[in-house]
Amino acid sequence: MTAVGLYNYWIVIFLMMAGFYIVIAHDNLVKKIVGLNVFQASVFLLYITFGKIDGGTAPIIADGITIYSNPLPHVLILTAIVVGVATTALGLALIVRINEAYGTIEEDEINAQDGES
Amino acid sequence: MIEHLPALQVVIPLICAPLCMLVRYRDWSWIVALFGSWACLVISWLLLQQVMDAGVISYHMGNWAPPLGIEYRIDFVNAFVLLIVSAIGAVVTPYARESVRAEFGTNRIYMFYTAYMLCLCGLLGVTITGDAFNLFVFLEISSLSSYVLIAMGKDRRALTASYQYLVLGTIGATFIVIGIGLLYAETGTLNMADLAKRLADEPVSRTVGAAFGFLVVGISLKLALFPLHLWLPNAYTYAPSVVSAFLAATATKVAVYVLLRFLFTIFNVKLSFGVMPLDTILLVLAVIAMFAASAVAIFQTNLKRMLAYSSIAQIGYMVLGISFANINGLASGIIHLFNHALIKGGMFLALGCIFYRIASVNINDMAGMGRRMPWTMGAFVIGGLGLIGVPLTVGFISKWYLVLGALERGWWFAAALVLLSSLLAVVYIWRVVEVAYLKPAPDDAPNIEDAPPAMLIPTWILIGASVYYGINTDLTVGVAKQAAQQLLGVGL
Repeated sequence: MTAVGLYNYWIVIFLMMAGFYIVIAHDNLVKKIVGLNVFQASVFLLYITFGKIDGGTAPIIADGITIYSNPLPHVLILTAIVVGVATTALGLALIVRINEAYGTIEEDEINAQDGES
Repeated sequence: MIEHLPALQVVIPLICAPLCMLVRYRDWSWIVALFGSWACLVISWLLLQQVMDAGVISYHMGNWAPPLGIEYRIDFVNAFVLLIVSAIGAVVTPYARESVRAEFGTNRIYMFYTAYMLCLCGLLGVTITGDAFNLFVFLEISSLSSYVLIAMGKDRRALTASYQYLVLGTIGATFIVIGIGLLYAETGTLNMADLAKRLADEPVSRTVGAAFGFLVVGISLKLALFPLHLWLPNAYTYAPSVVSAFLAATATKVAVYVLLRFLFTIFNVKLSFGVMPLDTILLVLAVIAMFAASAVAIFQTNLKRMLAYSSIAQIGYMVLGISFANINGLASGIIHLFNHALIKGGMFLALGCIFYRIASVNINDMAGMGRRMPWTMGAFVIGGLGLIGVPLTVGFISKWYLVLGALERGWWFAAALVLLSSLLAVVYIWRVVEVAYLKPAPDDAPNIEDAPPAMLIPTWILIGASVYYGINTDLTVGVAKQAAQQLLGVGL
């Protein structure tokens, strides 16, 4: 292992922090959902990375192949992707309803409207 | 049939959910939900009996042997939590019929029951499963459906509350997945019992440490531990009455269970409290929650919001019990989990009755309510006594064991703080009593009857249970002590 380690993990950490930052820093509700997606995508990459073995191939029995990648993390991530899609869909549906109710999708403007009433 | 009960516990509500959607007509979908929630109660009762008689049940989903297959593993801890969740579900469903009709547009009622059944399914699944990733999937089923349930509130702020919960809940869930992934990377297994075995043998590596951190933060977000509670007050305030009652009594309780499961079963006491200084962290956060949230509750004019802040404080008591990491402390956490579900469920249902009649839960509209709706207000006050911890209510039992746990650990100051913070509960309950009983109703107040029996009876079942289990503690204390012993791995 080199001093830097596997560069995949650095990408994971970068995506995780970037996504997390977008969720916290942006007032726009759609952008928050995008941030959430980036954040989740980093986790997908994390799982896939530690399921992969150097030189490993898909786990199908064939002649002349001895190293297989671990398929379990990959399958788990399929489930997590489904959950992520459901969350995104629900989040966007809520934003549509919020836009109908408030006429805006900016968090500060929504808060201002709630403050008046 | 009997050996497949663990699977049926989850499958029945899961099948009832699309059925509610298919029958569409509102009363039929209510009947489907009623059947589903009562069947769950019967199953969880039978499971608890089985655990008491024969010990731990291990059910292999699809007959695939663990650790490769998904295992449903039921011991005292989750058998008890299953019973709590399904009992609350069974009491709330009959109540829902009138309340939902009053608060929803008629064409959305079947959607409510669909989401409600999915939420019940998710919560029961989280509790029953013995597989770490399966737990995450069920957690997301329950979370996604509870976002939908909260968004069904009449006020438009229900939408923003639901959105806020969605963002924070998803962050929490993602943290949990990261934690589970790191554990898998370290040990190569997802089965909880297997994880526990492999983690016990190894020295704590940096991967395990990171997994521990991610899991604790993620679960704490779900259980609304101070300072990660920001989603909770709005969500409970603007959700429909039934949803507030159901979620307040079950969702955070299941999250507390998940915390117990991870800290004590998967990681062990040595790792959680020896290598990691989690006992001190939990102690400090729990104490702040007890005081800060109770103090904020005193200044709320919306009673649902007041109860929501009080919930955060009560979660503080449960976490405090966990931080003692001894039999009495853990037992008090588990007892309070049960007791608080009864009390808070009952009180939110009582507020739902008031909302049904006067369409407000603002304290300024409560004047003379003690005479206008005597049964409802009576239930609210008895529930309030339970929150304070007056003897002969369940709240007293929880606090008794909490103080015993604190003294056993030698943290006498924690015992003093528990008693001191109870005084804050006296203040916020007294405010309501004062307005409801001592102030006359305004002259122009319309003449109202008490809530219909279909709503009052479920409310009083929960409140009555909170008194009954304050006097007869055989079930709660007996099971909770055995659960605590199982978690700590002593005296089996």
